[in-house]
Amino acid sequence: MEILPVSIKMNPILVGFSEAFNLLFSFDEEIWSIIFLSFQVSGIATLISVIFALPLGSYMGLQEFRWKKTISTIINTCMGFPTVVLGLIVFLLLSKSGPLGNLALLYSPVAMIIAQILLTFPIILGTTKAAVESVSSSVKELLLSLGSTRFQLWKSLLLESRKSTISGVIMAFGRAISEVGAVMIVGGNIRWYTRTFTTAIIMQTRMGDFGMAIALGMILLLLTFIINIFLTHLQTEEA
Amino acid sequence: MKKNQKIALWGLSIIIIATFSFGGFIYFKHQSEKKIILATTTSTYDSGLLDYLLPVFEEQNGITVEILSVGTGQALSIGQSGDADVLLVHARTREDEFIANEYGIHRTCVMYNDFILVGPSSNPAHIQNQNLTTALNNLISAGENGTISFYSRGDGSGTHSKELALWDSVGFTPNAFNMTWYKETGASMGSTLIITNENQGYTLIDRGTWLATKATVDLVVVHEGDPILLNPYGAILINPEIHSGINFEMAREFVAFLVSEQGQTLINEYKVNGEQLFHADFGNCDKLTGCSTTSTEIEYWTNYNGNFTGFD
Repeated sequence: MEILPVSIKMNPILVGFSEAFNLLFSFDEEIWSIIFLSFQVSGIATLISVIFALPLGSYMGLQEFRWKKTISTIINTCMGFPTVVLGLIVFLLLSKSGPLGNLALLYSPVAMIIAQILLTFPIILGTTKAAVESVSSSVKELLLSLGSTRFQLWKSLLLESRKSTISGVIMAFGRAISEVGAVMIVGGNIRWYTRTFTTAIIMQTRMGDFGMAIALGMILLLLTFIINIFLTHLQTEEA
Repeated sequence: MKKNQKIALWGLSIIIIATFSFGGFIYFKHQSEKKIILATTTSTYDSGLLDYLLPVFEEQNGITVEILSVGTGQALSIGQSGDADVLLVHARTREDEFIANEYGIHRTCVMYNDFILVGPSSNPAHIQNQNLTTALNNLISAGENGTISFYSRGDGSGTHSKELALWDSVGFTPNAFNMTWYKETGASMGSTLIITNENQGYTLIDRGTWLATKATVDLVVVHEGDPILLNPYGAILINPEIHSGINFEMAREFVAFLVSEQGQTLINEYKVNGEQLFHADFGNCDKLTGCSTTSTEIEYWTNYNGNFTGFD
């Protein structure tokens, strides 16, 4: 009688470990669809944000313009925007009773990507801007005195600051893949369609299926680790 | 560019391409042109019933059913904003209100199960299977003595509505603000059960979720069987005239399947650990759950569904 509660408390963790290995290597179709969807949604969102935020952020870091301080403050605020609020905003926009309801995008991966673009864009924008700004002005002057064009200057500064810029991208991707509030609200956790790691873990936990939840969590960590190996190599210079 | 950076770039590209192609493959494999969105309660999904029932329907009709598993309150508001095609919920008075406001055009009884009171095996509130009023009063006095805690869903779900109605029946108004023993979790049934278990408190739970998850908790049933605790589930068709893009015909096919002889038999046959979770009650609605429309119901659905007249 005294031993029983301990075994109940211990079991889910042990079960989770063995279940994680089973799931990964038995190539369970549902697990892989969850894995691919999570990485697709967060990957596409981060990629689109990079495409728009890198040029814009480096431009903002390079150039002086009116309202720069105010805009910077707004960007910094958006970098810490609660994801559930983003989810709520996208939900209200895409709902059939909302302004973009005719597009019928709610509860689809597209809606999740939109929410995650709103999440990742300010992070990449802010870090790129800060990274380009932090390259010392003497480097800028040197480059200009060597006869660089504006475009060449921009390119060199972006390369020069890539350590911090890639950190920003890693951070944005990390927040997107681990985010649960927004994808739950706009995706709806629909099986085979909009179920991601995080929403699946919430669901498994409330169903009392802790083993599966732990397994999913471990797989998520493992795969994020692998992606970050590559990103980190891109970031650090070879000695 | 350094050598290992090149490798890193290649690695990233391969991961991206692999993710997109494999993901796309699985995604398109499970998509079909015809699909409806069903907003339902956590109890029907978490208990595994829908995963058991829907493949049969999807196979026969070629319609994919996408499930939003939320509380009844949220399901009704999703239906109200036109973001679902059909609802499967359990809060009778609010369902009738929903129909009266013309957000939904037809409510059908599909099945029922019942609510039970669960608590720690030591049972500090001394609740036996006496009548429900005594049981509730025992809970209240034990709570006021500070010997027990009660965990309420507190989320506007069907279970929450039922719980409030039960307290109301003994003239008690719970208030989580100034009653320390009465706690609102604001979470789904499964999560609320876990919280109740961790704190060894009492809660009201639907039998479906209980049977599906009781193995993971250290709680026992302390009260069951009162007719007031019956928990009827209704399917509601969303009014296609309020919002554009409601898949009304397919939603009707789905409800017709639920109330068909096949659908009702499948509901009765669904068992977890050898126990039946839901009881089909189409065609027998007025006896069990207070619908007054058995004959009109049958007439309404026979047009879509042959001659099935429900179970006796």
